[in-house]
Amino acid sequence: MAAEGAEPEFVVLAVRAGLVVVSALCILCAYRVIAGPTVPDQVVAIDAVVTNVVAIAVLFALQTGRSLFITGALVLAIIGFITTVSVAKFVTEGDIIE
Amino acid sequence: MLQSVLITVLIAVGCFFLTVGTIGLLRFPNVYNRMHATSKPTTLGTAAIFLAGFVRFGPGGAGLASLIGILFLFLTVPTGAHMIALAAQRMGVPFMEGVTWPDPADEDGD
Repeated sequence: MAAEGAEPEFVVLAVRAGLVVVSALCILCAYRVIAGPTVPDQVVAIDAVVTNVVAIAVLFALQTGRSLFITGALVLAIIGFITTVSVAKFVTEGDIIE
Repeated sequence: MLQSVLITVLIAVGCFFLTVGTIGLLRFPNVYNRMHATSKPTTLGTAAIFLAGFVRFGPGGAGLASLIGILFLFLTVPTGAHMIALAAQRMGVPFMEGVTWPDPADEDGD
């Protein structure tokens, strides 16, 4: 096994390619956020963008070797869930906390 | 070496599933179909990338946080998708042809 910290070339390349691909997917999802015909379409697309950003944070932690970004990914996932639930409540009942 | 290969394979699988989910989000005809496309494959893809983080950082510290992230995603994404589907149905977003919603009056009967 190689020494700690010295990763092979193809892992660095794979992480970088993954970052590029997932960022492009974020931009593609933004099309549906802007042009979705109804409000639930836009919320679903925002949810997909948040999930992609969570993946980007984990890939960034893999690239830099800093494990703090995985905690950041967890926080982003929690924020995305709260966003989805609160928008769903607001759309149906016109009120989040009664 | 095995660790590096495993990380590469998991990143490839995650990117594949995320791409499938985004194509479904862009191409499917209806809110309900798009929700199906984003919730399942996107969850699988992000879980695969989290697993790559677990393989990279080991079972303590950040690797444990990765496993907690997988558990959290598998709990919350279906819940959010269900709530948005219910909201869309109550808003009056139409279904596709041939799809029906179970009538509450029928359920009271039996």
